[in-house]
Amino acid sequence: MSENIGKIVGINGNLITVRFDKPVTQSEVGYARIGETALKAEVIRIRGENAELQVFEDTTGLKVGDPVEFSGNLLAVELGPGLLAQVYDGLQNPLPKLAEKCGFFLQRGTYLKALDRAKKWAYTPQARKGDEVTAGDTLGTVPEGIFQHRIMVPFRLPGKYKVEEAVAAGSYNVDQVVAKLRGERGDVISVTMVQEWPVKVPIKAYAERLRPVEPLVTKVRIIDTFFPVARGGVYCIPGPFGAGKTVLQQITSKHADVDIVLVAACGERAGEVVETLREFPELTDPRTGKSLMERTLIICNTSSMPVAAREASVYTAVTICEYYRQMGLNVMLLADSTSRWAQALREMSGRLEEIPGEEAFPAYLESVIAAFYERGGVVKLKDGTTGSVTIGGTVSPAGGNFDEPVTQATLKVVGAFHGLNRERSDARRYPAIHPLDSWSKYPGVVDAKQVAQARKTLRQGNEVSQMMKVVGEEGTSIDDFVVYLKSEFLDATYLQQNSFHDVDAATGADRQKYVFAKIHGILTAKVFFPDKDAARKWFLQLTSVTKDWNLVPMDAAEFKQLEQRIDAMLAEVSEHA
Amino acid sequence: MHKVYHRIEQIAGNVITVRADGVANGELAQVVGTLGTSLAQVIRLDREKVFLQVFAGSRGISTDGQVRFLGHKMDISFTEALLGRVFNGSGRPRDNGPELDENRIPIGGPSVNPAKRIIPRKMVRTGIPMIDVFNSLVESQKLPIFAAAGEPYNELLARIALQAEVDIIILGGMGLKHDDYLQFRDTLEANGALSRSILFIHTAADPTVECQMVPDISLAVAEQFALQNKRVLVLLTDMTSFADALKEIAITMEQIPSNRGYPGDLYSQLAARYEKAVDFEGAGSITILAVTTMPGDDVTHPVPDNTGYITEGQFYLRNGRIEPFGSLSRLKQQVNGKTREDHRTVMNTMIQLYASYKETLEKQSMGFRMSAWDNKLLKYGERFEKEMMDLSVNIPLEAALDLGWQIMADCFDPAETGISSKLTGKFWPKKTA
Repeated sequence: MSENIGKIVGINGNLITVRFDKPVTQSEVGYARIGETALKAEVIRIRGENAELQVFEDTTGLKVGDPVEFSGNLLAVELGPGLLAQVYDGLQNPLPKLAEKCGFFLQRGTYLKALDRAKKWAYTPQARKGDEVTAGDTLGTVPEGIFQHRIMVPFRLPGKYKVEEAVAAGSYNVDQVVAKLRGERGDVISVTMVQEWPVKVPIKAYAERLRPVEPLVTKVRIIDTFFPVARGGVYCIPGPFGAGKTVLQQITSKHADVDIVLVAACGERAGEVVETLREFPELTDPRTGKSLMERTLIICNTSSMPVAAREASVYTAVTICEYYRQMGLNVMLLADSTSRWAQALREMSGRLEEIPGEEAFPAYLESVIAAFYERGGVVKLKDGTTGSVTIGGTVSPAGGNFDEPVTQATLKVVGAFHGLNRERSDARRYPAIHPLDSWSKYPGVVDAKQVAQARKTLRQGNEVSQMMKVVGEEGTSIDDFVVYLKSEFLDATYLQQNSFHDVDAATGADRQKYVFAKIHGILTAKVFFPDKDAARKWFLQLTSVTKDWNLVPMDAAEFKQLEQRIDAMLAEVSEHA
Repeated sequence: MHKVYHRIEQIAGNVITVRADGVANGELAQVVGTLGTSLAQVIRLDREKVFLQVFAGSRGISTDGQVRFLGHKMDISFTEALLGRVFNGSGRPRDNGPELDENRIPIGGPSVNPAKRIIPRKMVRTGIPMIDVFNSLVESQKLPIFAAAGEPYNELLARIALQAEVDIIILGGMGLKHDDYLQFRDTLEANGALSRSILFIHTAADPTVECQMVPDISLAVAEQFALQNKRVLVLLTDMTSFADALKEIAITMEQIPSNRGYPGDLYSQLAARYEKAVDFEGAGSITILAVTTMPGDDVTHPVPDNTGYITEGQFYLRNGRIEPFGSLSRLKQQVNGKTREDHRTVMNTMIQLYASYKETLEKQSMGFRMSAWDNKLLKYGERFEKEMMDLSVNIPLEAALDLGWQIMADCFDPAETGISSKLTGKFWPKKTA
């Protein structure tokens, strides 16, 4: 294709208007040139002879009349071995390598290859000469971290292909051809270990989509027991600032029972990414005994990085998730925060002078959010194995008010809602997920009947506490008061969890079942007290013992001792019956 | 030689429009009006039309005024000679000292590569228990002080600046009252800190566009010092004035407002400034303390709201005290595990008990009978407010922790605090007979 070059006629923030003569495709990538530097941009609207492009970089220094090269390609990511443990920006530039090249600051117009070109991978072919394959079928594997990374037939290939040539097992870099495929029309395709895929298009090289039913254990008690998430499910965590969204995401990224975690830091603080970046390589993944970083990938487009790249970053992230899903792995995407992404849409919409919807968000906000969350799910691959992408997105509603467009659009499409609450976080009740407002449509790890009972206690306890505010403690019957104390006990010992304590931070499914059964026993026990002060004193003590119990490992001798103490305390107050 | 343009087509607010070619986005220009010469910056290009915002305001600019493009973007001289000086929002001296012109550095530079940041680990001790014990300040943190107008936020800012151990203090004043500016300067001078300070001051009487430049200028200078291995503390007051300046320009440019007239990119604009707070790998650091006044004492106002999502916590200043509820230092966990083993427990327990005290207070005000427990809480709450919360309290962290135990021991039995028996065994003060 001959070069397609346009000229800049207008610049408004990161939006440039470009006059073109040759055909231009919607969403194609263009490069605006300032001397030697080329700034990446994406076509977002075409009007007559002018195309409008959002530039993924600072536009300072661009002039009217500067050339823009249209590439003919949509915005795409590179998929292949070596993605894991990497840190990319929203356009898949490897940040550590960029730092080696440019130093402390992010220099605009510097784009590096996402995958290491020099590294050799031990390739084991799987498909043989003459095999018939379709998009997504495995041609061979290379070991990456703890997985066998599948080298697949490129997803873009339509129809059936025959393997015409397959290399022998050996050591290759990602650009070397590992197979040649002949199509039905005789076309021959050379396949390397790396393929490109446009980020805004879902990968669909699977047999069918399944319903998410298997619980995904996050080791956060209030989530797994009360508001569970399923593998392949999608959930959201809206909350005002300071309510603990990001801490919750970090905890989940450490402990979630999945093969790969992808953290998309979208328009949030750089400091938070740095924590993950610096801490994860030193932490061990209890499931594999290897470094936690080996199962983690970070897409990082923090709040001070260019806005348009922020919009791209969530798509970059979910596309990489889908790629690993195609290998039969369970992948989790933690997007923090989807509101920043929505705001990026709003900024562009404003520059395009589109007619604004609610709170100046564009009218297409809902469909864009829905389409994004729909990329999560469990799929049955063509070889019969399953893979999943679970998406957890935080939402940062303005003023902590959930009645705003982004939260509402998100709630419509997710399967679980973990609403963080300012009152709970002010009272240091972490995680500050509201136990009465939140919901989940997915099955959990603990007996559903026991959970229902516990929720009833919480609701009743809340009613009593509301009532007590009006009639005072003296106007409350001792039975009601005990219900209130029980709900507070459940809150303090089970719903709240100390994320900074080694043991308490992560409660496995078995322990949850065991401990919850015990707590359920206490909630349903008939207990008797001479007066309210005695009741309060007993519950405070029980809470203290149970909290200690949470802090000891399940296999320690102390675990049994404390459990016996709890049993003994319960026997003391129930024996009057 | 730079071409001079003589026809200004449009003057609206502080934005003027001329027809010119070969002009770059973000370029500076000199505009000559009847009231003098001012700098202006290109903010939008549309074919041959160039939109410029005039730093000194458009008053006195006539349609045949001169516009000369300078061919470079906004910059400032960076030398050691900046120390002890006072400048305005355009970087011109306001202390009658000499103009500085060597080693010009651009302002509003690119953001730091996250891979070059390190996890902040150094606590900044302030001697204020509400900060040191409950919400420790950490080097390279960005933290706003949310306050209603009339609260002593500038005094608090000055006090932290003087007590914190840093190499360089940079004050960015936006929309400051002239008195407040003088007070800052005098406080720094009286404590011998002016020689390690640089002041960029925009007072309420100065042109709005200069207000918008103050954070960028302050932070560009801070960044250079940090790269020279200095620990820099940047104080910005008041960021709400900065946001209002943004609003003014956005409305002039006919942008669609998103919330209460503020532009849709308010979050990104604020973040671009706050995110300059950094701990460089192998160099110095920038810590940002900013004042955000809350119009109507409303934290859901767009400015404090967006700020809260950007910064690493916030201090609420209310009735002259740092509120324990809502105030938060997100980085405290990085440092408060290494101070003393009881630090976190004292922090959490005292706040929980104080929350219970507030509930009891509510019950009391409604005329309910106080139980034995309520009376204990009332006693506790009063002592907590007097001995911990008061801003005049000035004691080191360790003394504050001991004081915390003492207050709890004077009011409660160990089990009532919910503290694990391991810690109460070690730290619970023995009853003095």
